[in-house]
Amino acid sequence: MTTTTDMLVPFAAAIERYEPLIGLETHVELGTRTKMFCACTTTFGAEPNSQVCPVCLGLPGSLPVVNRTAIEYAIRIGLALNCSIASWCRFARKNYFYPDMPKNFQISQYDEPLCTDGWLDVTVEGGTIRVGIERVHLEEDTGKSLHMGGATGRIHGADYSLVDYNRAGIPLVEIVTKPIEAAGANAPEVARVYVTELRDLLRSLRVSDVRMEEGSLRCDVNTSLSPRGSGVWGTRTETKNVNSLRSVERAVRFEIERQAAVLDAGGRVIQETRHFHENTGTTTSGRSKEEAQDYRYFPEPDLVPVAPSRDWVEQIRAELPELPAARWTRLQAEWALSEADMTALRNAGALDLVAETVAAGASPSDARKWWLGELARRANEAGTDLAGLSIEPAEVARVAELVVQGALNDQLARQVLDRVLAGEGTPDEVVAARGLAVVSDEGALTAAVEAAIAANPDVAARIRDGKVNAAGVLVGAVMKATGRKADATRVRELILDRLS
Amino acid sequence: MELTRMTAAELIAALAGGEVSATEVTQAHLDRITAVDDRVHAFLHVAADSALAQAAEVDDKRRTGAELGPLAGVPVAVKDVFTTLGLPTTCGSRILDGWHPPYDATITQRLKQAGAIIIGKTNMDEFAMGSSTENSAFGPSHNPWDLARVPGGSSGGSAAAVAAYEAPLGIGTDTGGSIRQPAAVCGVVGTKPTYGGSSRYGVVAFASSLDTPGPFGRTVLDAALLHEAISGHDPMDSTSIDAPVPPVVAAAREADVSGMRIGVVTDLSGDGYQPGVLSRFAEAVELLESLGAKVTEVSCPHFKYALPAYYLIAPSEASSNLARFDAMRYGLRVGDDGTRDAEEVMALTREAGFGAEVKRRIILGAYALSSGYYDAYYGKAQQVRTLIIRDFDAAFGQVDVLVSPSTPTTAFPIGERADNPMAMYLADLCTIPSDLAGNAAISVPCGLATDDGLPVGLQVMAPALADDRLYRVAAAVETALTGRWGQPLLSQAKGLDR
Repeated sequence: MTTTTDMLVPFAAAIERYEPLIGLETHVELGTRTKMFCACTTTFGAEPNSQVCPVCLGLPGSLPVVNRTAIEYAIRIGLALNCSIASWCRFARKNYFYPDMPKNFQISQYDEPLCTDGWLDVTVEGGTIRVGIERVHLEEDTGKSLHMGGATGRIHGADYSLVDYNRAGIPLVEIVTKPIEAAGANAPEVARVYVTELRDLLRSLRVSDVRMEEGSLRCDVNTSLSPRGSGVWGTRTETKNVNSLRSVERAVRFEIERQAAVLDAGGRVIQETRHFHENTGTTTSGRSKEEAQDYRYFPEPDLVPVAPSRDWVEQIRAELPELPAARWTRLQAEWALSEADMTALRNAGALDLVAETVAAGASPSDARKWWLGELARRANEAGTDLAGLSIEPAEVARVAELVVQGALNDQLARQVLDRVLAGEGTPDEVVAARGLAVVSDEGALTAAVEAAIAANPDVAARIRDGKVNAAGVLVGAVMKATGRKADATRVRELILDRLS
Repeated sequence: MELTRMTAAELIAALAGGEVSATEVTQAHLDRITAVDDRVHAFLHVAADSALAQAAEVDDKRRTGAELGPLAGVPVAVKDVFTTLGLPTTCGSRILDGWHPPYDATITQRLKQAGAIIIGKTNMDEFAMGSSTENSAFGPSHNPWDLARVPGGSSGGSAAAVAAYEAPLGIGTDTGGSIRQPAAVCGVVGTKPTYGGSSRYGVVAFASSLDTPGPFGRTVLDAALLHEAISGHDPMDSTSIDAPVPPVVAAAREADVSGMRIGVVTDLSGDGYQPGVLSRFAEAVELLESLGAKVTEVSCPHFKYALPAYYLIAPSEASSNLARFDAMRYGLRVGDDGTRDAEEVMALTREAGFGAEVKRRIILGAYALSSGYYDAYYGKAQQVRTLIIRDFDAAFGQVDVLVSPSTPTTAFPIGERADNPMAMYLADLCTIPSDLAGNAAISVPCGLATDDGLPVGLQVMAPALADDRLYRVAAAVETALTGRWGQPLLSQAKGLDR
């Protein structure tokens, strides 16, 4: 591990002199019920080494059998990324020794991937960039090593290591982009937005829970620099351990700044794997690719080739859900929102929630108002995201409906939301249990109005003189007297009628 | 009649008729093992306790009228490459010494379901790499015809056990000839079924695209009975064929070759073939003709490349398959004294745990697969494999089965080829083409070589999934020759008569 501090060139200066070229390899753990080649379950966070069998432990004599659902999910991903689906392809063995690799080879795909040659359009500030997809292939995950003792948490310097094979054999899809050129200063942002949009796409396909923090979506970022005008591509580095969207952007940015400094000093960039450090936003050297291992790939002889029939592929295509890009366009039109409003919804993670709320009967503007307003504030206070709130879109829609019907005012509606979030039940249950309905008994309201006028004769006199704005004071008094359960609009009407 | 001299078919009848119990049959074979196995060394592990328990269970079931499998009460010697619950599985290697697998191979399960008694685990060349059992880490087995000679390999232990009357049936695996070659030199019947016809699940892999489990018996019918019991689709093995099992038992009973078209492979003869083997082979061909078969000569011009292709493909797959033996999860662990890291422990364990031939093949295979050499070696060998398949396709367009000697020579003396890998590899010259093509083949005794008086095997090869043809031809030869000899060939084996 490098301990020296890398020299950096400020980003703007680096971009002035060099054109960055980036590429991303994304590993996605598929959400199949069972593993890639055996019947073990894939529950996250289970007791270590409890979800294992002779096959995923690679015991002598055991054999893999392909999980058909994993193939289907990979085809779904390939189709959503506009790829060609191979009519015949094979798995291959990638041979290398590591204690968390049960067989000391990984069953992967090499020169015959399942999906090839697609694209994903991503929207960054200033327009749309088409990111080419080189390939989408299937493989099995390895076990997980925990290196105990030592300072770095890595194998070197550790006192001992523990291996958990629960993850071994979980289906992984690897999505490899073509080199992304000409992004210039946008390169770091393009990298982040690509991963964001890929994540949203995968989520919409229901093939993975795509949680970067749980490692179900993992990213390696390749970066190289070309001196502007030289037309020569530089040596690339592969940065691993990039485990959040923000990190993707930071890792690219750091590598551009670091590589520019190396090149400025007349040095040469070493082709190597680098590790990203979340806390410092820096990368450090891992193993050098120049002494790279030869993986000795060859077709996996324990598995027969995968030959998805055209009918099956077309059936999967026909059953694809609406993809995020198409949905975005449709919802924007249906909701009559600006691009900025839509972006705000997406950035808040509210797009799905608003859509479901609208589907449950709320108007788009009401749904947007409640999620981005009151509920965003609650989520913020609770340190969670909107999806993490314990309220269903249908419940939000019901609250909005009660307001529209006049059964609740905004003030009461906020109280109802509070109670629902606190787990006291559905909006209707809360309204019933807490008596939070607007007071609509005209007799009671009239009495409260009379009382307010009697208690504030000077205000009443000013209203009679035509200063209707003064009615607010009386409305406030009535609201206070009714425990804020009155419909303020109706109260105002009653006051003005009485004093006209 | 002495129980150990009876065939499986005879035992099945005697057991069914209540003339003898499974416990008596099992005990008789255990006694035989005790009497002769210190000289034969067919077994690495004799499963006396579990075999007697299994036998008692069969006897109980028979008493209560419960349903019994087709091999109920018949002892079987199982090559130590099949995983077995409750019994060790070493593959003839130090690196697996003491390993007790936590699961049964599919074939182990099927044997148990069939009611067969697993009497022990048999010796083999380490990880099935060899043609003599001399590569076993636990010492060689000896040929019951002449204890100074090898029983062939790699399934030499199972072949020797059957030939020495230690078990009526044996199970082996054939990757380059590892069933047929030992069967031939021990004077018993051995079959390599169609690749994918018998499950590999729980067979510790040598070369995945070639490994094929199959039966040994002292008669063609016995081999067919075992063949049928272990065969059929296994969802745990992707390469297992989902098709009906060919009617091998019926074919063995019919034993009729009249009208069959039989091709003599001219490329499997000549230089390097023992004259005494070739003359017996020629007699067998004449016999088939006299039994009504139409015999023609067939040329398979690419068979001469089979051996070199095999010695690239099999080691390549082996180099990857054997990577898992790294001391981390099971088996031998060397050098784990707290001062060494995992990589060093892996290296020290593999250095200490693997024998010379295994290391040779791992190095050969890793080289053949390495970047820059793949196309010239592994890739080219796969192309040769395609050419060999085409040779077979063309031949089977003209004839129903092909015949050749099973081996170029009879059993060679222990030690003779141990330091000469190339000479050892030639023992599989005739058997390798069927493995590369994935089709079916059998070795059936066809007499004693005219020059050294040791058993000679006739190899019959059939297209994939036409395994029944093997039994039809082999049974016809066996019936005619046994009639001619007046007794089974094996009764002339005198290696243990001292």
